[in-house]
Amino acid sequence: MSTEITSDVEMITVVIDGFDVTVPKGTLVIRAAEKLGIQIPRFCDHPLLSPAGACRQCLVDIEINGRAFPKPQASCTIPVENGMIVKTQLTSEVADKAQKGIMELLLINHPLDCPVCDKGGECPLQNQAMSNGRESTRYEGVKRTYEKPTAISSQVLLDRERCVLCARCTRFSEEIAGDPFITLNERGALQQVGIYEKDPFLSYFSGNTVQICPVGALTGASYRFRSRPFDLVSTPSACEHCASGCAMRTDVRRGKTLRRLAGEDAEVNEEWNCDKGRWAFKYISSKERVASPMVRGADGELHEASWPEALAAAAAGLKGKRAGVLVGGRSTIEDSYAYAKFARVALGTNDIDFRARLHSDEEAAFLASIATRINVSYRDLDKADHVVLIDFEPEDESPIIFLRLYKQVRKRSLTITTIAPLASRGSEKLGATVLSDLSKVSGLTEKSVILVGERAAETMGRFTAVSTLAKSSGAKLAWVPRRAGEVGALIAGAIGNLLPGGRPVGDASARVDIQSAWGVESLPTKAGKATWEILEATTDGRINAVVVGGVDPLDVSAEALGQLLDTETFVLSLEISHSAITAIADVVLPVAAVSEKSGSFINWEGRPRFFEKAIADSLTRSDTRILSALADEMGTPINLPSAKAVAKELQAIGKWDGAAASAPDVSPISLPVPDAAHATLHSWRQLLDLGTLQAGEENLAGTARPAQVVISKSRAEALGVGEGDAVTVSTARGSITAPAHIGAIDDSAVWLPRNSNGSQCIANLGAASGLVVKVAKA
Amino acid sequence: MDELTPRDSEYGLEKAAAESAPILDQSAGSFFKQLLGFWVTFAAQFRKVNTVQYPEEKEATAERFHGRHQLNRHPDGLEKCIGCELCAWACPADAIYVEGGDNTPDEQYSPGERYGKVYQINYLRCVFCGLCIEACPTRALTMTNEYELADDSRRKLIFEKEDLLAPLRQGMLMPPHPMYPDSTDTTYYKGEVPGSHPSQEPTTNV
Ligand code: SF4
Ligand code: SF4
Ligand code: SF4
Ligand code: SF4
Ligand code: FES
Repeated sequence: MSTEITSDVEMITVVIDGFDVTVPKGTLVIRAAEKLGIQIPRFCDHPLLSPAGACRQCLVDIEINGRAFPKPQASCTIPVENGMIVKTQLTSEVADKAQKGIMELLLINHPLDCPVCDKGGECPLQNQAMSNGRESTRYEGVKRTYEKPTAISSQVLLDRERCVLCARCTRFSEEIAGDPFITLNERGALQQVGIYEKDPFLSYFSGNTVQICPVGALTGASYRFRSRPFDLVSTPSACEHCASGCAMRTDVRRGKTLRRLAGEDAEVNEEWNCDKGRWAFKYISSKERVASPMVRGADGELHEASWPEALAAAAAGLKGKRAGVLVGGRSTIEDSYAYAKFARVALGTNDIDFRARLHSDEEAAFLASIATRINVSYRDLDKADHVVLIDFEPEDESPIIFLRLYKQVRKRSLTITTIAPLASRGSEKLGATVLSDLSKVSGLTEKSVILVGERAAETMGRFTAVSTLAKSSGAKLAWVPRRAGEVGALIAGAIGNLLPGGRPVGDASARVDIQSAWGVESLPTKAGKATWEILEATTDGRINAVVVGGVDPLDVSAEALGQLLDTETFVLSLEISHSAITAIADVVLPVAAVSEKSGSFINWEGRPRFFEKAIADSLTRSDTRILSALADEMGTPINLPSAKAVAKELQAIGKWDGAAASAPDVSPISLPVPDAAHATLHSWRQLLDLGTLQAGEENLAGTARPAQVVISKSRAEALGVGEGDAVTVSTARGSITAPAHIGAIDDSAVWLPRNSNGSQCIANLGAASGLVVKVAKA
Repeated sequence: MDELTPRDSEYGLEKAAAESAPILDQSAGSFFKQLLGFWVTFAAQFRKVNTVQYPEEKEATAERFHGRHQLNRHPDGLEKCIGCELCAWACPADAIYVEGGDNTPDEQYSPGERYGKVYQINYLRCVFCGLCIEACPTRALTMTNEYELADDSRRKLIFEKEDLLAPLRQGMLMPPHPMYPDSTDTTYYKGEVPGSHPSQEPTTNV
């Protein structure tokens, strides 16, 4: 376990190689030595995993109060004690010889694979064999061989010959991810990492095992044989996928991202991340990338155009129009700010919304009420006495929150309550109490944390109830959207009712703040429309131009695309890749992907996650730069040439210090109760699904959980279906057929993945939640 | 004096006393002495000529001359290169670029799992030091004696894998093709594969 240093912990002084070192009680000898800069070779030891003593590479001589251990001891399993004298390989010949002996034994069955091994060049075994091993081998027998490699999943490959049986991977799966799908089987020389035959290794966190494996035994299928460490230019970066806000490292070879690793940030993701963040980056190099600006010609087709032409066409199309702005959920805060300023200054409207998903006015009011109070952190989760999850599935929607909660559940049985229609796999792992109704939650104190997800917008009155609960119980409240950019977009004012810094549009002094910061005469005073209203307004001409930045219309509604298509609305699309929107747009401007620009996301804690440009020589431009150029072209400059300029402006503007908007007050409506043949639809997006940014990565897609229709036991009996039998869920619009899973779900409900292969609720059924659907045996 | 300029004495070359040089000796008796100098030139006409009429005439290089690289093949034609990049790592001039690739049962280029998918040597950078061939774990990369490596564009001097691969000899088949029956990469490295086997022939496309 990690050694948290707090003042009230007893300190112990030990002597290592003749030097005194004082460390908190409970510190392992290997870590005390690290503190002195003495490196003891190791394989199985990992600061975030429980000690295993599996590899024996870390042997040292230990003496306590004059009594020496008869044999060298594993320094990664022994905590320091008063009067301890440790001699490492540097001062003890016995320890040195023991380490060399262990290394020799490890190498007996280790293949001579370095030239074809992905770990070559960054391999702890290579390095430590050089630093703590013999010069040459004495073994002349035949090495043990296994078939190589075996696929543990479509993205993790196992080469058993190379495994040093350190059990890091198995400990990770069990202790950190809670997916004990890989284990050590057999014993002695035949011991090997294996999978349970029946359960495929469908962990969302499997990539971490690849990262922590100290040898090349676990490798990622996508990075296999692609490069060597010395080819890569590594840039610290931030993940663009979810609001957990993982620190990452992006490795680029010749302008192409080849791999991403979890970065270290003890406050946020510790040393882990999820497989989506690690492997979903192929979209950057997709063939579908928009290569140059495009303008729709008189023939109705899109034609490549130069930047000046395209900007002129875009400016002409927007000038004098009643425009709306739809910002994608994965904009950086800088880009969101540029959109927000562009809407107000260049288009003169508050009709801007970053919520490219199901949303409600109640949600907008709720967001306005919390925009200046985003102050709950991972630390609060570590210390919480009770965590309530509302319309939020951490494992699918914010995996690092899941890991943090799971850690506390393992460590001290943290109480977790979830308001959900069913017990998901994630909530089962967390041992969460599943409640269907918020009013049943009790026992919250000031140390409790309420995490409310974006899906709360799908239930009328939910945000109102959440605000009331937080207020009455004193518990901390945090909003955890799914996408990485939403918290930043909220702060940047990319929503109709707020200006940057959480300033209410309706507040005159808030407007004055922004007016003077932007140097404009006036700002629109009327609160802006929400995404759905903007789309609807295009059908009757109340809005006749839209700027769309990376939005998939099917995330919003089944009709959204049609609404834009059927009218004379001018559509300007700022996109990475060709999409449904670029297909109907009048002007398409290509923008930079995250690795091609610098900027920052704000994670759910409100913590900025800065990242630099990883692909140094990329010529693509950020949304900010393009919007700034466009505003110049329109004669209403927003003066934001770079992300740095935005950061400076945001800094200067600061947070709204006036009264925050009041919490929403919406009463719930009673939903129709379905009859026996029908059910109320529930869904959420699984972590790995058909999301746009996961395109092009088949190995990752191979580990997505397959689509299932979750029904209750009594419904299954009534329909006469068993586990795995096909069930059809249908509405007037269409249907989804998938294998049934009989789970702990309300009898009147049915659950489907929202956007998975074979189950795209909005496209197939026309709705994603709350709708009464027909459920029948297929 | 400038510290960096070598002094004649450092090389054992004491400067000759200028006044004793025959050319400066203007006395009548020195004429024959001066003529003697021309003798050296004259006599050179009868010595063996070192000049070679290149390119009409070519001479063999020393046996271990470092010339153009070659990527060798196993006796059945599979490539020896496994795309490990150790040559690129060893190269002091950063002249080699390698990208590895995954051998699949349908497309096997080298024995085992990995092959060199992209292999380039930039002869504008290479200094022919030979460190790369020493680094190669499979003896895939060696150097030939070929030295005619001049051209008129940068592009032409970046040699691709096709330019570097050894020609197919007797009994070799053009990869991709399957490995020799009942063999592993070890059998290949031990030199136990005699040549190609009929089963390795690509099945004729209908
Ligand atoms: S794990 Fe390390 S030592 Fe083993 S083959 Fe791979 S690079 Fe070589
Ligand atoms: S596969 Fe890697 S992490 Fe797992 S036990 Fe083997 S060496 Fe350790
Ligand atoms: S948990 Fe979220 S932020 Fe972290 S890697 Fe995964 S998607 Fe990215
Ligand atoms: S001979 Fe020397 S310089 Fe030329 S490619 Fe090989 S290592 Fe590089
Ligand atoms: S590091 Fe101590 S036993 Fe493995």
